[in-house]
Amino acid sequence: MNWLTSFFAWLVEFFGNGDNWAGSGGIPARLLEHLEFSALALLLAVLIAVPLGLVIGHTGRGEVLVVISANLARALPTLGLLVMFVLLLGTASIWPVIIPLVLLSVPPILVNTYEGVKGVDPELRDAAYGMGLRGGQVLGRVLVPVALPLILLGCRLSAIQVVATTTVASYTGLGGLGRYVIDGFATKDYASVVGGSVLIVLFALVVQVLFALAQRVAVSPGVSQRSKVR
Amino acid sequence: MGDGPPSIWEWIGRNWDTGRVDSISNLLTDHLTMSLVPIVLALVLALPLGLACVRWRWLYQPTSGFMNVVYALPSLPVFMLLISVTGLSQTTVIIPLTFYGMAVLIPAVVDGLNSVPDHVRQSAVAMGFTPLRRLLQVELPIAVPVVLAGMRVVAVSSISLVSVGALIGQGGLGGLFTRAYQNPFMPPVIVGIVLIVALALVADGLLVLAQRLLTPWVRARKGTAS
Amino acid sequence: MITFDSVTKRYPDGTVAVDHLSLEAPTGEITVFVGPSGCGKTTSLRMINRMIDASEGRILLDGEPVQNIDPPTLRRGIGYVIQQAGLFPHRKIVDNVATVPYLLGWDRKKARARAMELLERVGLDPAFAGRYPFQLSGGQQQRVGVARALAADPPVLLMDEPFSAVDPIVRTSLQDELLRLQSELNKTIVFVTHDIDEAIKLGDRVAVLRVGGKLAQLADPKTLLSEPADDFVREFLGHDRGIRRLQFVSTEGLRLRTDLTVTEDAGDSGDGAAEPWLLVVTGDGRPVGWRSGARPAGLEPYGTYVHGRDSMRAALDAALLSPSGCAVAVDGDGKVVGVATREALDAALAEAADG
Repeated sequence: MNWLTSFFAWLVEFFGNGDNWAGSGGIPARLLEHLEFSALALLLAVLIAVPLGLVIGHTGRGEVLVVISANLARALPTLGLLVMFVLLLGTASIWPVIIPLVLLSVPPILVNTYEGVKGVDPELRDAAYGMGLRGGQVLGRVLVPVALPLILLGCRLSAIQVVATTTVASYTGLGGLGRYVIDGFATKDYASVVGGSVLIVLFALVVQVLFALAQRVAVSPGVSQRSKVR
Repeated sequence: MGDGPPSIWEWIGRNWDTGRVDSISNLLTDHLTMSLVPIVLALVLALPLGLACVRWRWLYQPTSGFMNVVYALPSLPVFMLLISVTGLSQTTVIIPLTFYGMAVLIPAVVDGLNSVPDHVRQSAVAMGFTPLRRLLQVELPIAVPVVLAGMRVVAVSSISLVSVGALIGQGGLGGLFTRAYQNPFMPPVIVGIVLIVALALVADGLLVLAQRLLTPWVRARKGTAS
Repeated sequence: MITFDSVTKRYPDGTVAVDHLSLEAPTGEITVFVGPSGCGKTTSLRMINRMIDASEGRILLDGEPVQNIDPPTLRRGIGYVIQQAGLFPHRKIVDNVATVPYLLGWDRKKARARAMELLERVGLDPAFAGRYPFQLSGGQQQRVGVARALAADPPVLLMDEPFSAVDPIVRTSLQDELLRLQSELNKTIVFVTHDIDEAIKLGDRVAVLRVGGKLAQLADPKTLLSEPADDFVREFLGHDRGIRRLQFVSTEGLRLRTDLTVTEDAGDSGDGAAEPWLLVVTGDGRPVGWRSGARPAGLEPYGTYVHGRDSMRAALDAALLSPSGCAVAVDGDGKVVGVATREALDAALAEAADG
């Protein structure tokens, strides 16, 4: 179990080093950066994908867009996309990195929002209109609450994607926890590599837990009882 | 170097088969190995595990919970952590990709088997099928479309995910991206992206074809979500 | 009153779903649209609240063309009940019922109080109010659907095959419940069904539609059964028209004999000894069984109907259930008021067949 002992030794070395907790390269600062970039990208993706998915699902127009984007997003290599944008736009700001992050996290939200709205029982839609709800009210008061489990699933899948891609993006100079891994690997500082990796994994797991909690709080018990997630 | 930067076709011609490890053809071979092995391994492992989850229902909750966690782990730090065990080898990429694949395929196998209508299962029992024959001749064939839909997701995402391995020196065509970043140069990036997307499309097409051949009774396929 | 004035619905592909339909659904009555699938009955119903717009002709709601009313506003004034109830799964039962009051801007407390009142009215335990739809059976959901449609007290109620997805026993109780509600509320109800028995049971007036959306006959159920307009209606009405028509013939005019009963403890009473059959009753007047003059030892089975309330069909049925061939007439409490003999039934049937 040689690797296990060295693994723990590296962890102790990384987390025990006081320098790693202070300054702009310290763990709190890097963690905050990672959170910032991920949240920014996810927020932008949600702002684009949720309205688009709602409209496409509600009106049935532009469905091809959903299918194409879903398949393309899965096939496109994240690293290649990041390098391409950085080579095209330079590294003067964070946007050349944020744009591909957003592009890659739009499709999961788009597809699931679309499927969620489209999958709502036609009888329910009929009843809603029959009660005298207007188009926007049907969308906001009936379709969104009923489709919410799938919309949140899409956001969760996107969050997974964003956290991972933000890490990879450190290769092209972005800050965040990925720095420890990328820089540590380049300088053969394995304590940094292992410590950084563990931090990222923990970060990803916390994000998962938060989404699971959000799901429980936001989705009506009347819906979650009967809807299948994933 | 001649006059001005070479065109993309010139660059491909010059780098296709140089005999060096980083020639495009070598990278392509590596890429195929590192993506196909996890796809196949994930299927081989997910089938019995999925069957077990259907046979012993209490297994499914913990298994899918564990697989959800695995699926949420970002690839790069997982590669990095594995280096201390498996070194800078292809195995370091193959193991996590296999797990990601299983995270998609185990639920697919379970859903596929659960998609067998109860009346079909009942009539198979009534006609005297033994449990094993029922599984092989009735339940698995009916589960094929759902499992193959999962396979399509796994194949396409594995092929694109391999390239992240380039950051530990094992990324197949992803190597083109790191090379392009180190001495800023666009053609390798374009070639890498195009080849990877093309590979993904071919794999996807082959799986669609497989589904047509394996399940001639399914006419229309539904698009896959998630 | 809802008036269809030569209403036609033609789809872009040329299909005619409803063809120059003209009829009236009078205020305070149940008008049933019935017919085979493809007869345009649901389309006709949905044109009233503009879920579908008519291609030609006009639909008037108390004289006002519905085309002139903004659809959501129109719909908030019309109750709408559909097959699977269409309850909102994310809302509790009480909030489902209060949907339209909320839309109309009632304050929350008032809307909820109204919802609770309606739940009780449709025969649901108030304990259901805090549950979600998935926790209710199909029949219970359908009751909530009716309560929801009634919440804002609309004068008009549209019901689109509301009871066709529940089992026969639940369906019967829902139908009875609707009739009871209607006797209290007197709504103008348009009810769509493919089940002719349901149409005859519920309808004050029944409109039989044929495929292609043409009106075949509009009549009250009794007339429909006795005088079908053509072969299509005759065939659609099915077998046993004559027997079924008897359910609209009152038993009030049935002559009863009161000299055929004996109290069980009274021993052999002499006055009826000449009769082949005597009805044995308890001390407080409830039937026990028929005693045959030929076999005085045992008692034979009997059938009862509620005199004046049940129809001739029930009386005939009661007579056929007993070897005596007589029907036992009881009052609302189940006490014997007399016996309808074969002769009396015969006379009543002859009268019914006459007109």
